[in-house]
Amino acid sequence: MNFPKELKYTRNDEWIRMEGDEGVIGITDYAQDQLSDIVFVEFLVDVGESLEQGETFAAVESVKAAAEVYMPVNGKIIAVNEDLPDAPEKVNSDPYGEAWMARIKISDPSELDDLLDADGIAKLERDH
Amino acid sequence: MTDLSTSLKIEPTVFELSSPGRQGHSFPELDVPHAEIPKSLLRDDLPLPELAEVDVARHFTRLSQLNHGVDTGFYPLGSCTMKYNPKINEATSRLPGFANIHPLQPIETVQGAIGLMFELQEWLKEISGFAGITLQPAAGAHGELTGVLIMRAYHRARGDDRRVKMLIPDSAHGTNPASSAMSGLEIVEIPSDTRGNIDLAALRAECDETLAGIMITNPNTLGLFDENLRQVCDCVHEAGGLVYGDGANFNAIMGISRPADCGVDVLHFNLHKTFSTPHGGGGPGSGPVGVTDELAAFLPGPIAAIVEEGDDEEPPLYGLVTPEKSIGRIKAFHGHFGVMTRAYTYIMMLGGEGLRAASEHAVLNANYLQARLRDTYKIPYDRICMHEFVAEGHWEDAPDIHALDISKRLMDFGFHPPTNYFPLIVPEALMIEPTETESKETLDAFADALIQIAEEARTQPDLLQTAPHRTPVGRLDEVKAARELVLCCWLPEK
Amino acid sequence: MFLPHTDADREAMLRTIGVKKIKDLFEGLPGEHLFPELDLPPGVAEMEALAELQHIADANETTGELISFLGAGAYNHYSPAVVDSILRRGEFYTAYTPYQPEISQGTLQAIFEYQSMIVALTGMDVSNASHYDGATAVAEAVNMAYHNFRGKRTKVILSPGLHPHYRETVHTYTVDSNILLEGEETPLDSGPEALIPLIDDNTALVAVQYPDFFGRIHRFRELIEAAHQAGALVAVHVNPLALGLLEPPGDFGADIVTGEGQSLGIPLSFGGPYLGIFATRQQYVRKMAGRIVGETQDARCQRGFVLTLSTREQHIRREKATSNICTNQGLMALAAAIYMSLLGKNGLRQVAELNFHKAHYAAAQIATLDGFELVYDEPFFNEFTVRCPRPVAEINEELLSYDILGGYDLGQTRAGLENHMLIAVTEMVSREQIDIFVDALAEVAHD
Repeated sequence: MNFPKELKYTRNDEWIRMEGDEGVIGITDYAQDQLSDIVFVEFLVDVGESLEQGETFAAVESVKAAAEVYMPVNGKIIAVNEDLPDAPEKVNSDPYGEAWMARIKISDPSELDDLLDADGIAKLERDH
Repeated sequence: MTDLSTSLKIEPTVFELSSPGRQGHSFPELDVPHAEIPKSLLRDDLPLPELAEVDVARHFTRLSQLNHGVDTGFYPLGSCTMKYNPKINEATSRLPGFANIHPLQPIETVQGAIGLMFELQEWLKEISGFAGITLQPAAGAHGELTGVLIMRAYHRARGDDRRVKMLIPDSAHGTNPASSAMSGLEIVEIPSDTRGNIDLAALRAECDETLAGIMITNPNTLGLFDENLRQVCDCVHEAGGLVYGDGANFNAIMGISRPADCGVDVLHFNLHKTFSTPHGGGGPGSGPVGVTDELAAFLPGPIAAIVEEGDDEEPPLYGLVTPEKSIGRIKAFHGHFGVMTRAYTYIMMLGGEGLRAASEHAVLNANYLQARLRDTYKIPYDRICMHEFVAEGHWEDAPDIHALDISKRLMDFGFHPPTNYFPLIVPEALMIEPTETESKETLDAFADALIQIAEEARTQPDLLQTAPHRTPVGRLDEVKAARELVLCCWLPEK
Repeated sequence: MFLPHTDADREAMLRTIGVKKIKDLFEGLPGEHLFPELDLPPGVAEMEALAELQHIADANETTGELISFLGAGAYNHYSPAVVDSILRRGEFYTAYTPYQPEISQGTLQAIFEYQSMIVALTGMDVSNASHYDGATAVAEAVNMAYHNFRGKRTKVILSPGLHPHYRETVHTYTVDSNILLEGEETPLDSGPEALIPLIDDNTALVAVQYPDFFGRIHRFRELIEAAHQAGALVAVHVNPLALGLLEPPGDFGADIVTGEGQSLGIPLSFGGPYLGIFATRQQYVRKMAGRIVGETQDARCQRGFVLTLSTREQHIRREKATSNICTNQGLMALAAAIYMSLLGKNGLRQVAELNFHKAHYAAAQIATLDGFELVYDEPFFNEFTVRCPRPVAEINEELLSYDILGGYDLGQTRAGLENHMLIAVTEMVSREQIDIFVDALAEVAHD
């Protein structure tokens, strides 16, 4: 399973990539593999909303399962990936690239310290 | 076994069969003067298909031949109680005196119908031990919602607004959490112990002043009667909560155990499971709800009642009443009366002894199948079961074979597969409910098929993975269906 | 009864299980009250049961024996013989929800065709496989609109022209939510425009009925425009038979169409089972509760059908699902599909016209009677409201002695409607029977 080194991860299989004081969020390769063929992505928040860590901002569905995507840290939504609802299969094919889900403005960068690094998430999923 | 694959071709849709100018049914000529219809109210076009009667009769007959039903073969779908649907039920429910009466007729003109509802209520009370019954809910899940609304109304009427927590065991039916959530409750899941009972320690930890109640399925979805049922009910009652019983598995306990005697406060029946009314390809069902004396005032109306006592000469006058603190209507009119007449016919024919015999044989059949399969399939909670049991559809020495493959392969033997991937607490679950109306020969043929499939899983796994082979269509692409979303035949552009 | 077991079978089975008698299977059951004696009448044979049921049925007076003018949400229509003949096929009625598509293509394709014909009839984009009935379909529309706005809009406006049972059902469904119901007390005479001032940016849904409970055909364009300007959705509840003639709600902007499908070939059966119609726009398809059938391909590249979008449903979403609905009304949807296929575009128009003309003939005749008056000026379809010179219950009691089932007593539903009768006229009554009714009304006008 692929977990890029430059990302930080939650125990719920979201990833975040820092770009200045902004973060880009998506779900991991492991998560897309578990869900299998993704058929639907829906954003449950509007751009401009501020959410707390752990709040749901999107839902992802395959034919057999539904999963919610949570905020890895506190932040304000500044963009969502509008292309994704029309091409949900990208979550399967490119979870760390084309299938980014939201761009957020982070309020407290120190929260990132509580997230897992690539080795941490890889170990967690291995033990599952 | 029938081989449907060679005899049948894919059937066109009614729209593809349509030819402009045909009409399959005509009505009498107009015998009153034409009234002016304001043109602005009229629709431009009505893009419905146009077929002759013979086309329609053949089309739907051919479609029916693509289906598996209880009438065509064994249907051991766990927790769905696919027992034989007696043909007499179809005859009685269609008697003109039942089929052609309007729900809002003056009660004097429908005494037979209301009387039948009254008696069915009384019979269900006797079978379950409850003090009040509503026949209004349209299906099991609808009965659940009704029951949960009654529980909330009860707490509210006592001024107890803190009770917002509903406990749901992990072996409960999938609809339970959704029903609770619809009435605004928070759900807390309670695990099962190693014998498949509700874990009492986990239960006790959640029994506090915020407890609205618990939703239990007994026997549970493992097919096991909870050995701690009394303690569970006592624990919830002591904390001020109520016990909801999901009656989907009532076919195991008719004349054997009454939920009200065990401490259950509210329960829904499934007339389409326990009481032999047909499932109709997914409805109509009927989900009457029974409650204790304390809760009877909250039942939805209307309920059939005696509004004027009879005497030696005059029968009583039946009417429809709404209980004093009723949660209100849960649907229009009085419920699925056409389903009630079928259940009434069934209970009348069986009587108390017959109902008990039905449950006893449902349990006998399940235990027999479990015994025949025990050496081939892992039974994770292996004890005497009730009317159904759960096996694992997976072996370590056939790692690529899953419950789904076994299910699909069973179709090649002419059987409907068991419920699979439920309950969630058993990996690769195959939930098998044979029902009492199946013979030993049928059970043996089914067990033999499953044993042969277990063999094939090791020797010819691809035979399972590509199954079914002898059905009108092969495995269907559900991903394509969900991604491309074609939900309607082609219609002309508006 | 209905048990195939012989004594030899039972013995062999018990031996395989490893117990001596059936009772041994229940030894582990807890409780003191096991094997209660059930106080039920002793079982009977089939011919006895049929005789008894026939006896009970005979105690009812049917729409075959009475000339019926009773509607109010359930109508006496003709169901062609083909409909019931197909419904009696065991392959359809003894199957369950089509979880296994390879052996359920009959049910799945029939539902797909039902969905398609509901789309054609309503002018909407998508239909589900049906809800329990008209009342619960309206309640699910409320539920859907609320969830569409993620709970951020809490007001739902119910037209006073919605069937009272539907409004009551919505109240029951929403009592434990924070949904606020408004609009039911607006004056009956002022039409849908009276609801416009109630619409605001907290409004999730406006629900109206077409024709309304009192029989009136309203125009909703202005209301719908106002609702859409405020960002709210509009649900239009229909009598599908009326859509054989009338402009479909899809054409005038409805976001949701619900309906009571009983008039599409389903018997009165004392109130059920009926058919809850539910259709919406493509953009809301994933918000719609209930089963949906979609087209796909099988492994042999043949067309086939499956239940789709099931992740919206209760068994996967559990407490996150927007509704707990599980079954649809499969067999009733099949009945409606057969009915619509048989009648087709011309037959449905024909039966709708019969209803329209006969109702207007009856209304015109009744309006000439002393003491009787048509209450509303709006156009109507097959049902209309009449002010009577006496309480409706008294009139109806007397009509029964003429073997006439009178109209619905509106006095039960709302203050101010005392002596108001809601009269339904369908294709089932002849001109002669309408004349008998009118003559009888004239005779019972005064006590």
